[in-house]
Amino acid sequence: MKKTIASFILLSLVSVLWSPVSAQDACTDNLGCVIVAEDEPIVIGAMLVQSGAVTYLGDDSLGGVELAIMDRNGELMGREIELVLEDSLCSAEGGQAAAQRLSADPTMIGAIGTNCSSAAQGAMPIISDAGMVMIAPSNTSPSLTNEDVASGGSHLPGYFRTSHNGLVEGMRNAEFAIHVLGTSKLATVHDGDPYTEGLARVVADTFAELGGEVVFEGAVNKGDTDMASILTEIAVYQPDIAYVPLFEPEVNFFAAQMQHIAGLEDTVIIGGGASFVAGFPENTGEAAIGIFVSGPLVTGEAYEQLLVRWEEEYGSSPPSGYHAHAYDATNLLLNAVETVAVAGDDGSLIIGRQAIRDAIAATENYPGLTGSLTCQEESPFAGDCAPGTALAMFEITEAEVYDDNWPPPVFWSFSENVSE
Amino acid sequence: MLHMFKWKTDEFSWVDFTIDVLRILIVLAIVVGSWNTLSEGRISFAQWVNLFIAGLSQGSIYALIALGYTLVYGILLMINFAHGEVFMAGAFSTVFLAEALNRTGFLNQSPVLAILLMILFAGLVSMTVAILLERIAYRPLRGSPRLVPLITAIGASFFLQYTFRGLYGSGFKAYPQVKILQGALQIGSINIPTVQIFVFVSALVLMFGLYWLVERSRIGKAMRAVSENKEVARLMGIDIDWVILFTFGVGGFLAGSAGVINGMFRPQGVNFFMGFIPGIKAFTAAVLGGIGNIPGAMLGGLFLGVIEAIGPNLVLAGLGIPGANQLKDVIAFTMLVLVLIFRPQGILGERLSEKKA
Amino acid sequence: MDLSQSRTRQAIITLGLLSGALILFTGAVGMIAAFHEREVVNDFITLGQLVLLITPFIFGYTAANRLGMTGESPTSVIGGGIIIGLLTTLPTTLLLLFNSDEFRFLLDWSLRLAPFVVATAIAWRLHRQNVETFTLIGSWLLAAVLIGIVTFSLALIFEVKGELRSVLVNINRDWVEVVTFDNRKDLMRGIFVFSLASAVAGFVGSLCYYVPRTPRRAMFYGLSVTLLVGAFGETVRLVLQENLERDTLNQLFRRDTLRQNAALGLLVVSTVIGYLWAAFGDRARQGFQNLGGQQRQTTQMIGTVLFVAVLLMLPWLIGRTLSDVAVTIGLFVLMGLGLNIAIGLAGLLDLGYVTNYAVGAYILAVMTSIGPLGLMKGTFSFWMVIPIALLAAMFAGFIFAVPVLRMRGDYLAIATLGFGEIIGKLAISDWLKPLIGGAQGVQAIPKPIFLGTELRNPEQLYYIVLVACLVTLFVSIRLNNSRTGRQWMAIREDEDVATAMGIDTARAKLLAFTLSAATGGVAGAIFAAKVGSVFPNSFTVFISINVLSLIIVGGIASNPGIVVGAVVLIGLPELLREFSDFRFLLYGALLIMMMINRPQGLIPTKIVTHEMRAGVKAKVAAGD
Repeated sequence: MKKTIASFILLSLVSVLWSPVSAQDACTDNLGCVIVAEDEPIVIGAMLVQSGAVTYLGDDSLGGVELAIMDRNGELMGREIELVLEDSLCSAEGGQAAAQRLSADPTMIGAIGTNCSSAAQGAMPIISDAGMVMIAPSNTSPSLTNEDVASGGSHLPGYFRTSHNGLVEGMRNAEFAIHVLGTSKLATVHDGDPYTEGLARVVADTFAELGGEVVFEGAVNKGDTDMASILTEIAVYQPDIAYVPLFEPEVNFFAAQMQHIAGLEDTVIIGGGASFVAGFPENTGEAAIGIFVSGPLVTGEAYEQLLVRWEEEYGSSPPSGYHAHAYDATNLLLNAVETVAVAGDDGSLIIGRQAIRDAIAATENYPGLTGSLTCQEESPFAGDCAPGTALAMFEITEAEVYDDNWPPPVFWSFSENVSE
Repeated sequence: MLHMFKWKTDEFSWVDFTIDVLRILIVLAIVVGSWNTLSEGRISFAQWVNLFIAGLSQGSIYALIALGYTLVYGILLMINFAHGEVFMAGAFSTVFLAEALNRTGFLNQSPVLAILLMILFAGLVSMTVAILLERIAYRPLRGSPRLVPLITAIGASFFLQYTFRGLYGSGFKAYPQVKILQGALQIGSINIPTVQIFVFVSALVLMFGLYWLVERSRIGKAMRAVSENKEVARLMGIDIDWVILFTFGVGGFLAGSAGVINGMFRPQGVNFFMGFIPGIKAFTAAVLGGIGNIPGAMLGGLFLGVIEAIGPNLVLAGLGIPGANQLKDVIAFTMLVLVLIFRPQGILGERLSEKKA
Repeated sequence: MDLSQSRTRQAIITLGLLSGALILFTGAVGMIAAFHEREVVNDFITLGQLVLLITPFIFGYTAANRLGMTGESPTSVIGGGIIIGLLTTLPTTLLLLFNSDEFRFLLDWSLRLAPFVVATAIAWRLHRQNVETFTLIGSWLLAAVLIGIVTFSLALIFEVKGELRSVLVNINRDWVEVVTFDNRKDLMRGIFVFSLASAVAGFVGSLCYYVPRTPRRAMFYGLSVTLLVGAFGETVRLVLQENLERDTLNQLFRRDTLRQNAALGLLVVSTVIGYLWAAFGDRARQGFQNLGGQQRQTTQMIGTVLFVAVLLMLPWLIGRTLSDVAVTIGLFVLMGLGLNIAIGLAGLLDLGYVTNYAVGAYILAVMTSIGPLGLMKGTFSFWMVIPIALLAAMFAGFIFAVPVLRMRGDYLAIATLGFGEIIGKLAISDWLKPLIGGAQGVQAIPKPIFLGTELRNPEQLYYIVLVACLVTLFVSIRLNNSRTGRQWMAIREDEDVATAMGIDTARAKLLAFTLSAATGGVAGAIFAAKVGSVFPNSFTVFISINVLSLIIVGGIASNPGIVVGAVVLIGLPELLREFSDFRFLLYGALLIMMMINRPQGLIPTKIVTHEMRAGVKAKVAAGD
């Protein structure tokens, strides 16, 4: 014990005497620079959920990130790309700890993550303070891109996301229900997750604004298997549409058990992006046929290729629907590095931190797997890179349930029917 | 500062008074909520019956898992916190067998045989896990303070969850649907899904099997003897280690078969985390019925299942609370506390009361 | 005296297969492949390879120790080491063959034959115990049928699913790559290399037995220090980063991995230190024992002063990231000290401690938030709300304690568990959403401001937690020695006797619950300020479980034990973040192993040790 103490004191003395000499002379960036020495790799981070009930979300995103790196043969500008993975859990403190870890590394440029919006709330202040960037593949909370604290916003510079803002996705979904399906009575259900709760609320508000009637707003819990009770309650109100942005497995239980409830025979289910998952139709079975699922309008071939690569690499289909977002997010970050990096005299790379932020923010019409990405700068969409128009409604058919077909046919796409 | 909690204990018990007020308040809330709901009449009688039956089915699955808790508690006075994971082990492993049976078409050609095979397989897998758990983690801890095995069990619970995540991955799987279980039985305006009848009946069969085993068979006699008094049992020539191992095995088998029955009833959501919540619920059910008491566990399971199915719509919706179904655990646990206030030893009372200090 | 002797043989086979099972298990859950990504020494050895080699090494050494003690000849001891090395590879090799296309038939045949072989083995064993023939046939049949059901099902699954990988997701290419030491294409060669490496490791392990004690201890010390530094490279680098210049650091580490010469240097230095310690450590300790009372006190005094100095300087020594970990540990120490009043002192098994944590966090959140849910819109400061949070948590503890006062033991446990769940569900509910934000939680919680400085970094928050812990420690020591403390002890030992002795048990229990809740509230409030936002999913049953576990692991009712328990159970998983996938797997294994090997806790109190040793069925920990 004493030995350790002595060495600690010695070390701290050493540190006082040797105050580090600024190695960033060549850097003019006002947030400082990442200096990658000649033999060092380019380091990016990932803050994804790696434990707990939604581990599959993290595994899904991680696959997207890894494939994006592999598609560049693991190299950028002749250097190895190193990915540092931190478990951000699905909570604010988990995100904070992960961000704290990543920001301790002076060569860390930025990170892909987090999965959960709550984790992003914890991570964002730290990442922003450290001058880094984070690009989230599956955050949807409107608060994250809203700069106005008084109205519940929490955006800080350095935060971007390739997933859809819940505001946009919710508005589109409600418009679809009213204008395309021509329905008038809506029921919404969430599961206490900030994501599903936010989406359900936006859809209900927009639906009411557009002249529809919201007859029921309810909630279940994560981990519930029995939906009969809430379905019975919903059946009382006979809605045309049940908006159910739940995750697996609650959404499967909901859809499967709805068959047995009298009075809901004509109700149509609309699922959010969380149920845009290859496993959803097969796991739900027959009951999934006819369900509408909102998801990114993935541009055909490139995405199919990704799925093939996924199968090759991991031997299964992706466990959730955000791998393409993660893939795009990784590319945004790596492209920004490529644009910004300047070669130093000693063979090092100099990467300005503010410049990286600017480069990502300047992304315009980037042809990603999830559509054409353009990063916005205006609150309440500051840092939103997902194209609001590249959303589509997919209808699940027999082919997805029985023949492993994925993705389902596009029923209606927003890009062709922009209302604004 | 410590004197602020003083009150006269002999004449007027402050605690009893508060508990009485609490009882009255809870009962009042339940009565008012139910009255409001029923008088509004939004939910029809048939719907209530349907909810009740669905609750019974869910409850019988809780009961099967709860039996494992109660058996182990009865013998070792130990909360096997990892029992939910034993359930998961069987359910998760058998989903692959179910898929294989479905793919070959056997599942729908002779469903009875196929389901029997699945139940046996799941039961044996869970049994193996339970036995290994006892042998490796719990046996060295016999006779240590009661919290020690509890912490071990918590550790085992994490260990098993993430082991199975490592083995089978983190994605969700689902049991295939069996055609003959898809229909429904129509009685008047009441519509009972066949699968719920299957769940209830098969759970009953298993529970009676267990009851017979414990009450009538030789090994059952040994189990009861060990749970009454280990020392005396040992003197009578009973191999205690073997009896305890057997108990864990039986509990595991029931949990595994509950996994398959649950898979028929609620096919989706099979993953490494699926045992945790049912585990806690089943534990609650075991305590509700009187822990260590076999019929108590059954009754507790059914009671909890029904409360969960009916409670939110009956009580909370009637009180005008939004998102009532979100709070069904609140109802379940409030009922638990209420039952324990009225009957501190559970509905049927614990069998081994003299053992408790 | 030789390998043919059945006892020796059995010991070797058991150990070898155990080691093999470990390698098989770590491989099947994906640990080996994942650890392969982590280099221990740069371009020399990865953690995955280390696991493959160190396992036969340790088992070889253990076997040599065991055999050597019983007087086996060196040839059989060393031969045993080699056999253990080979047996270690056996299960994995079989799985490799099953997984390959050419030898897949082996899997099918083993599944077909297994029931008969195993059933016969069981029957043979029973036969040797002179069981009647009728029972023998019966058990043979039963075993064959039961195992047959399992193997038939497995065969069916693998037949339909094709590749093993579609069931066992981690039996994949990466795994094959690691265990064959990069010879995936040529399986036979890979198996040969794997077996050879493992046999050599087993051989070296058994050889170590013959090295004299002092150099052996020095070697083990040096090796384990080097390998631990290598394996926990990220943590070590984080500490060094605070204290060394970047260029110097770069010469020692390449990112998170030790460079080869640094590793070599560390190995040499730590071996030398280990040698000195092994040679002279005992003498030094003896010298300390022999010191006079005065000198001894002085030495202890210096130790205490140094300890306090380190405690005060900690954030500077370990840097921001680890300070963050230290704050988290501190919060759990705080809660541990609180819960210990209920569990350790009064013997009340409370599984719902998260309730108080949540109350504290939400009180602080709504009182100080400058967002839409803030009640005071920033007019209340952190320091004003801390006492409010404390009182609110005590009030909550009081309210929840009343209905459970009459319950005992496990009923109390499940009722309190239920309260924890109720609070969690209420926090997330739509019902209370207008007050506390429901699923969206409360954001925009300002950081505490102290003398005009905003305490936004973990280095600064550390001091708040430190002060809170010290105050709680003081109160809890005073309580333990007070009249009430002795009343609690009486209740903990036997409630009925305590009542008979005229102790007002209801009052004492109520007091225990209420006081125990207080620190939970403070911890929750600090937590909310630290994170800056509060979400309901932070308040799960896992918090209660963690706090309970750290008390038991540290040693029940032992204050230093709680600190050590928190460091081990909260700190270690944070450091294990590098192995995020397997964090909880290792956490679980750690809990099990710790309880089996040290059920009294890491730093037990005297009374608990005494009771355990005396074989008293200690009700101390029984909760009733």
